[in-house]
Amino acid sequence: MRLVINGEAREVEAMTLAAALESLDYGEAKVATALNGEFVPARARATTPVNDGDRIEILAPRQGG
Amino acid sequence: MSVTRLSNFAPYGVALRSRLMLGTSQYPSPAILAEAVSASGAEVVTVSLRRESARLKEGQDFWRLIRDIGVRVLPNTAGCYSVKEAVTTAQMAREVFGASWLKLEVIGDADTLQPDVFGLVEAARILSDDGFEVFPYTTEDLVVAERLLEAGCKVLMPWGSPIGSGQGLNNVFGLRALRAHFPDTPLIVDAGLGLPSHAAAAMELGFDGVLLNTAVAKAGDPVAMARAFGQAVEAGRAAFLAGPMPPRDMAAPSTPVIGKAILS
Repeated sequence: MRLVINGEAREVEAMTLAAALESLDYGEAKVATALNGEFVPARARATTPVNDGDRIEILAPRQGG
Repeated sequence: MSVTRLSNFAPYGVALRSRLMLGTSQYPSPAILAEAVSASGAEVVTVSLRRESARLKEGQDFWRLIRDIGVRVLPNTAGCYSVKEAVTTAQMAREVFGASWLKLEVIGDADTLQPDVFGLVEAARILSDDGFEVFPYTTEDLVVAERLLEAGCKVLMPWGSPIGSGQGLNNVFGLRALRAHFPDTPLIVDAGLGLPSHAAAAMELGFDGVLLNTAVAKAGDPVAMARAFGQAVEAGRAAFLAGPMPPRDMAAPSTPVIGKAILS
């Protein structure tokens, strides 16, 4: 299945957002996720299905002003 | 104006000793960032959310550094141009940082990074209703300020001048009017400060605090500049509390005229 991860097209085999993160090797990293522009809380990742063409944003803390 | 009332600084009920808030971006190294925060005395730093690479995991290192420094974080929505983007970013930030404080930026113009005040008010209302404690990055416009307070904001952050410009206080008249109009609202000058004297000037006007980043991060010696800003904020605050003299157009001799000898 083709997903767009942080703007980059990737082939990922996963049924849910949680599985996609696992498969992409994020492990225990502290990240926040959005699916097609909508925030998906960490607790909902395991029950959030992903489909071909979905856009997933995976964000983490960074320097800011 | 009650000096006593204004002598405590507690945005959203959190008492802070330092009135300086510092950004964490553009420092030469993580170690210098940590040293600069410490030298400034700041107890609050701004942070952001950006895309995390599974391979590099840079964000995880940064987050460890911030936790080691041990300061409170104020996550921002920098770079958001729409209400939707800002609200979604805020929701993601709340989860990652575990904090309801939010520096809300809804940018309206790429060249000046001027806030889109219409979007700002709308986003502030949505987020305040959702339990966020919003620090809106706004202009010195009184009516916008009023709308932001109506939307649920308890703190306002008017700009000094455009972000990263280092120009200082571009509209002293407007900032003074804002201070006079909202004597009980914590007001923090955010953005555009380039020198410690700019920070001191904001504090002398009676602002409750200042937030800055580039002026420290891009200084030749960021740690020394952070210390200088910390001192300037304290000096400016002390000067405000001390009651500055009113300026005059003409000279007035400070040495007594009476008793001067006639020697001519």
